[in-house]
Amino acid sequence: MGGGLAVAMLTACKEVPGPRYVRGGADADKGLALIKETACGACHEIPGVDWPKGRTGPSLVGYDDIGLIAGAVPNTSENLASFIRNAPEVKPGSTMPPMPVTQEQARDIAAYLYSLDDGDSNR
Amino acid sequence: MFEALWGWPPPILDPAGPYAASVTTLAWALIAMGVVVTAIIIAALWAAIKGPPWIKSRLGGKMAVWIGGIAFPGVVLTGLLIWGLTLTASLTQPITGQEMRIRVTGEMWWFRVQYLNDAGQVIINDANELHLPVGVPVVLELRSADVIHSFWVPHLSGKKDMIPGRTNLLRVEASKPGEYGGVCAEYCGGPHALMGFVTVAHAPEDWRRWSAARIAREDADLPAPEPRNTPLPAIYTDVDLPRDRALLGDPQRGRELFMASGCGACHRVAGTEANGLAGPDLTHVGSRLSLGAGILPNHRGTLIGWIGDSQSIKPGNRMPSYDRLSAEELHSIAAWLEQLR
Repeated sequence: MGGGLAVAMLTACKEVPGPRYVRGGADADKGLALIKETACGACHEIPGVDWPKGRTGPSLVGYDDIGLIAGAVPNTSENLASFIRNAPEVKPGSTMPPMPVTQEQARDIAAYLYSLDDGDSNR
Repeated sequence: MFEALWGWPPPILDPAGPYAASVTTLAWALIAMGVVVTAIIIAALWAAIKGPPWIKSRLGGKMAVWIGGIAFPGVVLTGLLIWGLTLTASLTQPITGQEMRIRVTGEMWWFRVQYLNDAGQVIINDANELHLPVGVPVVLELRSADVIHSFWVPHLSGKKDMIPGRTNLLRVEASKPGEYGGVCAEYCGGPHALMGFVTVAHAPEDWRRWSAARIAREDADLPAPEPRNTPLPAIYTDVDLPRDRALLGDPQRGRELFMASGCGACHRVAGTEANGLAGPDLTHVGSRLSLGAGILPNHRGTLIGWIGDSQSIKPGNRMPSYDRLSAEELHSIAAWLEQLR
């Protein structure tokens, strides 16, 4: 009886959320190539980019664990792609400017940032 | 810069001008001969160890020494010397003084570029970018302002040192339009590995148009163009921009901030009170293909990142990090610099 209750309670619980991912699929490898080409590293430290590791903007280490993009909007894949493409529209006053990438490319970059899972997604 | 230096074939084997082409041809000939000689040695070694007795006795005879040790290398090396010197004769042709001249000065850690007229006077000031007309031999006056640097555009020529107190001459010529990366090839301290530039070869008529526009901007009495309220340069044509364009900075305020922050003490912008000579000339920074001396693409993001904290990008470079500027101030300064084309 007690065992049955425990099983019922466990199945009733929602699964612990896993790492973030980009809905509808996006290419993280392409994203990294775009990050290097666009030189996002001029302002951000990004795992997988040896140089540059700029300090004008925040480090993007473990970005899949970040709750709010630029401390302003929820870190969802669509928000992130929009922010990468046109940051001042998503967060007025942002230092980050619009970047010369398409929406699809921005989704690839978001996919790469979400792939930076440091194995500590539930802290 | 890095795209222009990597890739396949490697730039040194992908010449884009006559002075690089002869050296590449020579390199391929030497590689081919090295392969042939190595094959002969391996075959002889195999014969000496595993071969039948009559071959072994011949290999050990005097004749083998006369032929393989003296006659063969003597003929081949003499032929190679004559051919090699003939092939590369154009590299050592005396400079007549009639060629177009550009002075390139190595500085820690960037390149000052000055175009000279027939009288040897500077007519265009620029930095970290070298513009050449295709099909015209150009003599570069290579100098240094501090330590020994070395000028190298692998697609166009061999290396040549830039030595303090000396002027070394190097002839370059591009045979097809394109962008060719260059680097400093002599360790010069600190961020030496981040000291590069871009060479742009134009079709002759494009180059004439380019140089005429540049020469006009050097006129001391001509004020710099007034800041305009245009949004962003062409790189952003396919990009979503914020509906409120004010979020992208005010170029007029950017110009005021540039002057008030003391940028003009090191940087010159022709036609303004900014007349510093310690750092790269910024009169045309908006049209430059790279930032930070050939190391970053040039767009709003890299411009802000460089101004905000160049020390984290290129540690030890002589520009301080302007981390006391706000987002709005960085955008405004960048908005003005982008218009300096």
